[in-house]
Amino acid sequence: MTRTGRWIGRHLVLFAGFLVLLYLFTPIFVVVLMSFNDPKSRLSYEFDGFTLRNWQDPCQPFGLCDAVSTSLRIGLLATVLATALGTLMAFAMVRHRYRGRAATSLFIFLPMASPEIVLGSSLLALFVSAGFGGVLGFWTILIAHVMFCLSFVVVTVKARLAGMDTRLEQAAMDLYANEWQTFWRITFPLVFPGILAAALLSFSLSFDDFIITNLNAGRTVTFPMYVWGSAQRDIPPQINVIGTAMFMLAVLLVLGGELARRRRSR
Amino acid sequence: MTALSQLGGPPAAVTEKPGRRFTAYLLLLPGGLWLALFFVVPLVSLLSASLYDPSGTVETGYAVTGHWQNYVDALQDYARPFGRSMWYALLTTAFCLLLGYPLAYAIAFKSGRWKNLMLALVIAPFFTSFLVRTLSWKLLLGDNGVVVDTLKWLHILGPDGRLLATTTAVVTGLTYNFLPFMVLPLYASLEKIDHRLIEAGGDLFAGPVTTFRTVTLPLSMPGVVAGTLLTFIPAAGDYINAELLGTPQQRMIGNDIQNLFAAGAHPTAAALSVTLMATIVVLVLFYVRRVGTEDLL
Repeated sequence: MTRTGRWIGRHLVLFAGFLVLLYLFTPIFVVVLMSFNDPKSRLSYEFDGFTLRNWQDPCQPFGLCDAVSTSLRIGLLATVLATALGTLMAFAMVRHRYRGRAATSLFIFLPMASPEIVLGSSLLALFVSAGFGGVLGFWTILIAHVMFCLSFVVVTVKARLAGMDTRLEQAAMDLYANEWQTFWRITFPLVFPGILAAALLSFSLSFDDFIITNLNAGRTVTFPMYVWGSAQRDIPPQINVIGTAMFMLAVLLVLGGELARRRRSR
Repeated sequence: MTALSQLGGPPAAVTEKPGRRFTAYLLLLPGGLWLALFFVVPLVSLLSASLYDPSGTVETGYAVTGHWQNYVDALQDYARPFGRSMWYALLTTAFCLLLGYPLAYAIAFKSGRWKNLMLALVIAPFFTSFLVRTLSWKLLLGDNGVVVDTLKWLHILGPDGRLLATTTAVVTGLTYNFLPFMVLPLYASLEKIDHRLIEAGGDLFAGPVTTFRTVTLPLSMPGVVAGTLLTFIPAAGDYINAELLGTPQQRMIGNDIQNLFAAGAHPTAAALSVTLMATIVVLVLFYVRRVGTEDLL
């Protein structure tokens, strides 16, 4: 192959990669654009004109902000619970040798490999057969969210723990730190970015979940359920405001984390 | 297992100390109990719900009668959406592989100092709501939208042609939604490849295509297997795309399971759900064995 051919070949992959990224981002551009939309009629879902009104009054559509607040509360609680339980499991799996380690891995992996509709419908079957069919709502959603976030937390924290240099802890012990001091001064700060990433992942999974939630929500309405409901009738532009705001928040968090990492490593 | 847990990096050295085994079980207990109670027990409930006598209702309760007929009825009535789900999931997986491989390859080998940024861009869509993004496809593919107008101008689409409410729209949405699940494991396994192996291919006078076919692709197989599984499984169970971008003609099995549960027809819905899970397990085992990587799961 000639040199020019190789040059094209090399950059062709990069070019294709950029096109795919563009495909991934097109809907996000639309979400941001639509958050400034001034629809002509309630049923219009096309860009009719520019306005800042949606951003000034995001709570205007009835029930939207209640749904967002329900999602935020469930997301925060589910994140705290799943991150705590999952981190403990990850420590056991990486740092301890016990009977059934392979079985534990499979057990953690299975919920991630099950379709959401199966996870959701089996939880519903359990709740109904246990007599909780009438009280579906906040707590049943929370139980479901902790369940499916747990595996993702374990996998994320495990990755961080497995990549850690254990000699740092041995050095601390050699310098007469006891196990407790070693854990809080060495191990925990080193694992913390992994735990934080797991918590972020949990929150976004929980905030975004629809299929499992929809089956176990009773009359409680989360943000995705609100969007689903409005998609059947009229789509208020304010849901795009919430979508854009969440996106900006996440971008800021990720950028902040990256900056902090760069400053520390300098 | 290795294929999917490879995102977790190599297993670390295990510091073993007498008496620590007890601690391990203690650490595993709370999370393990949660998963047992809300993942394993529910699957058993689902199985038993699928055998309920369908003459009961949610309010009056059901008789567990070993009603296998539920499965026969469910499969007779819902064979078409079931087959359609499998077909759409297969198409989605193929498209995700086709689009995801170049992107993962570009990030792993060609991105230089932009690597972290490009990875962040792959994950970024996760932070805007899944449903809101799918709705924006409805706008993009709409009858007077940019995509349809462009395709009409290029004469790829006839003057009456439309994209929304077609199979194309549903598969486009599914591919879009599950693409990151393909890219990330692919990237993880491509990134681990020793670059000298690829250079050796060049030194031995193999062209880029031969080198790719005989070195890079086989070495990235764990990523391909993990990625295809992580795309196929959720796509087969999804109903959001079919509902928002399609019509009842594009109905998938998830739509039916959801609608049946909402209508209170629990035994049929449960039977369909169990069938979906069983089909996926069988397909996955068959696939992993066929690809010749039995140690992957």
